[in-house]
Amino acid sequence: MTREDNTWRARLVVILPYAWLAAFFLAPFLIVLKISLSQTALAQPPYEPVFDLAAGWQGLKDFAAGLSFDNFRLLTSDSLYLDSYLRSLIIAAVSTAMLLLVGFPIAYALSRMPGRLQTVLVVLVILPFWTSFLIRVYAWMNILQREGLLNEALRALGIIDEPLAWLASDTAIYIGIVYSYLPFMVLPIYATLEKLDESLLEAAADLGCPPWKAFWKVTVPLALPGVAAGALLCFIPIVGEFVIPDLLGGSEQLMIGQVMWTEFFANRDWPAASAVAVVLLCLLIVPVVIYQQMQLRTIEENR
Amino acid sequence: MTVADAIPGKRNKAGGQAGAAAARGEARVLVRFEAVTKRFSGFTAVDKLSLDIFDGEFFALLGPSGCGKTTLLRMLAGFETPDEGRILLDGEDISGVPPYRRPVNMMFQSYALFPHLNVEHNIAFGLRQEHLSKAEIAARVKEALALTRLEGLQHRKPHQLSGGQRQRVALARCLVKRPRVLLLDEPLAALDRRLREDTRFELVDLQSKLGLTFIIVTHDQEEAMSLADRIGVMNHGQLAQVAPPPVIYEQPHSRWVAQFVGDVNLIGGKVVSTDVGGMLVDSAVGRLRVKQANEARPGDTIWVALRPEKLRITREPPPGEDNRIAGTVWDIGYLGDISLYQVKSDAGAVFKASVANLTRLVERPVTWDDRVWLTFTPEAAVVLTK
Repeated sequence: MTREDNTWRARLVVILPYAWLAAFFLAPFLIVLKISLSQTALAQPPYEPVFDLAAGWQGLKDFAAGLSFDNFRLLTSDSLYLDSYLRSLIIAAVSTAMLLLVGFPIAYALSRMPGRLQTVLVVLVILPFWTSFLIRVYAWMNILQREGLLNEALRALGIIDEPLAWLASDTAIYIGIVYSYLPFMVLPIYATLEKLDESLLEAAADLGCPPWKAFWKVTVPLALPGVAAGALLCFIPIVGEFVIPDLLGGSEQLMIGQVMWTEFFANRDWPAASAVAVVLLCLLIVPVVIYQQMQLRTIEENR
Repeated sequence: MTVADAIPGKRNKAGGQAGAAAARGEARVLVRFEAVTKRFSGFTAVDKLSLDIFDGEFFALLGPSGCGKTTLLRMLAGFETPDEGRILLDGEDISGVPPYRRPVNMMFQSYALFPHLNVEHNIAFGLRQEHLSKAEIAARVKEALALTRLEGLQHRKPHQLSGGQRQRVALARCLVKRPRVLLLDEPLAALDRRLREDTRFELVDLQSKLGLTFIIVTHDQEEAMSLADRIGVMNHGQLAQVAPPPVIYEQPHSRWVAQFVGDVNLIGGKVVSTDVGGMLVDSAVGRLRVKQANEARPGDTIWVALRPEKLRITREPPPGEDNRIAGTVWDIGYLGDISLYQVKSDAGAVFKASVANLTRLVERPVTWDDRVWLTFTPEAAVVLTK
């Protein structure tokens, strides 16, 4: 094989994923961006201007003139949008923290199990994926409703006299999110803890650390990359979560995913919905960039 | 370099004194194992083992893998608890003391450096647990860096260091704690040969400078020989022999020790007669005269052990009737400094004899298929009864 062949193949390997991203991520995003700059119309598609190649240069100029930032102005003028963004970010942050509190001990316990049992338990962590996400959320509706499993159980145990209203509350949203996203937090943390060299903990003990201190000074710092990955894997999709708040949450306050859905399907206002989506994307780039900076720093340090 | 070259003249002063004192029974016992037994699910790793290690001594536990030497070390560090018996440190039973409260530090075979901490913080890690002042920690870390020649590397992370540097960080991390006993689990195993030899001298030097008690676990006899004041040779969870290196090599207790430590030719035979400090032995390769005090009686079955460097090869038949083995050169291994001859005796057994290459080798005086005689002096052989 010649050298040229080699570099050509190497280029192809690099180009392919970029081409994929360009076709299936960048192009759709540009379309959404364009729609967000359009106005809603009673037409097919339900917005204007529509770019028409046949109109030539004049058509292009008309098209550019038809675009505006009106939809983004709308987002700032109505507090509904701002509140929903804020609410989504807060719910995502709080539930990511809760997921960490629940997920870390599970991942830690998993990594301390004897080898064969570990494999079985990891499969158990992934097992919920075998069932449709939607069905699992419906199951939670069933559990959380007035005459549902949770209230019945609490009553049988004598903890409550009257059934509590779990459903249509933030509590229900948090329960649903923590349940649904737990594997995304557990698996990355488990992956880092599982690689942890046992002799490091022995060395810490040898140098005077009681077990809890060795945990803080050795296990936790070495698990941080997994924690960061898990937090990111949970935080980003939770911000845009639609199904869980829609099925389990109340109707007085909405998460941004619900607002987007309403704009698209109830109001048929594609441009406004697109503007909501574009802003959401810009918001979510922030944690990703922070994460990348962190990774870059560790790579630099390790050089 | 043969093992024999490594024996004399390398004892460090402090350790040597401790070793000599130990021999006179004057040294203070620092570590005492009392009939210690450790079992792992049906397998006995350490079997009713008793051992005293003296203050200031450099002690080596030598044995094949799986002989229980590492388990013994880990019990002293506190990572394993003995099933039976006691371990005393300075006269006190430390069985119930967790590893983080023992005044003992261990250097791990993998070094176990904390990958997220730089050299300085790795070394300071143990001191931070003692609640010392910042100034004191800084001073002791600096001292340790100087002692292990790591100055200028304190801000590096472990993976940015070479194998030898990592080994020194692991050593510094233990030394900075000023332990009563320093445990070293195969400390040189991960280093290449040249570095290993240099590091050996550094270790001995450090130990004598600090006057600490070192216990090293190794499967490398050269390492044990060149480092230790005393060696404990272990097999199947028990001590086969505990003695200073020259005694282990020149006066092994048993065939197993003789074969494990260095190369040896063993000749089975029967004692014909004994006299003051010696005996005559009848064997398949002729009559052997051995000068060594031994409890063997006439008629006993014994083995005569001969190190390869103690055999001489000649082409002319030697004078006398005893200690001569006739044979044919079977193979020659050229190792540079020495040549290792394999001689097949007329009786059938193959003998190994090493010959120092004193002049540049142009033509071998003795070569393949030559008829030769192997001889040795009565003082060169050792009689083994087990």
